[in-house]
Amino acid sequence: MDELEHLKPAGLHAQSPASDLPPGPGLDPERWVEEYGDILFGFAAARVRNRAVAQDLVQETFLAAIKSSKSFAGRSTEQSWLFGILRNKLVDYYRLQKREVAFTDLDSSLSEEQGAFGESGLGRDGWVLKHTPKPWRTPDGTLVSKEFQAVFKGCLSRLPDKVALVFLLREIDGVSSEEICKDLGVSPNNLWVMLHRARMGLRRCLAMHWFENNEKPGETP
Amino acid sequence: MLNCREATRLISQSMDAKLPWHRRWALKGHLLYCIWCRRYDAQVQILRKAARELPPENLETQPQKLSREEKDQLRARLQAGLKNPPPSE
Repeated sequence: MDELEHLKPAGLHAQSPASDLPPGPGLDPERWVEEYGDILFGFAAARVRNRAVAQDLVQETFLAAIKSSKSFAGRSTEQSWLFGILRNKLVDYYRLQKREVAFTDLDSSLSEEQGAFGESGLGRDGWVLKHTPKPWRTPDGTLVSKEFQAVFKGCLSRLPDKVALVFLLREIDGVSSEEICKDLGVSPNNLWVMLHRARMGLRRCLAMHWFENNEKPGETP
Repeated sequence: MLNCREATRLISQSMDAKLPWHRRWALKGHLLYCIWCRRYDAQVQILRKAARELPPENLETQPQKLSREEKDQLRARLQAGLKNPPPSE
């Protein structure tokens, strides 16, 4: 059958001599770029923190989608199928970066802990009074409110790249610890140190900019 | 006896893996008398809940978008990709 393909009239497929591609609305890079370009790019950019790399990943995703369009059986939505391909591309990218993941020394004091612990009423390495956690109030709807989420995203953006990525993968994308260790090439020890740094950093940031801040956006004074 | 620096590290660790019984026990003991670490514990749980409410495709403070030029470039590259026949299986 294949050897007869090239004898088909060129009319309909003048622009794509690869005539064994399925015709129809599915395979339309014009539409894909407009419909999914930004959302795929945003997803990638948050996970690699490098605009050029994110663009490459989106390009590779679309190209891979074109190549495997036959395998898109229409079971899932077009968007989730593309996201699936992008996620795989991201994992491939992380694996390439493996050797550059910095090893964190367990014994040394973490920068996110700095100033938080010292000599205090509770002895060596107790909370320093200035940094003791104050009670947090979370009235209904706080965690899903736009204002709160904007502050959370801001705090996330302040974390160092690898630390933020690990937190993102674990807590937002729901990837298991084992898989993160495998994909990023870190030991379980490295992983929990980075998660701890993320949580310390986020907690302090959110305490400062939301929970212990009396002038939150959207609140009447 | 645990100090607060150690306790907060264990709290974090316990969120992703089961602690060995003696550490779990030591942490429970510390939390009995340390209200600050109790608050820390509650607060990192709130962080976890909050993270789960975030939309995974929109995590940037400024939503990252492709520029017009970048989209044109992307389209051109995809058209080139379409022109190359995929390898026949």
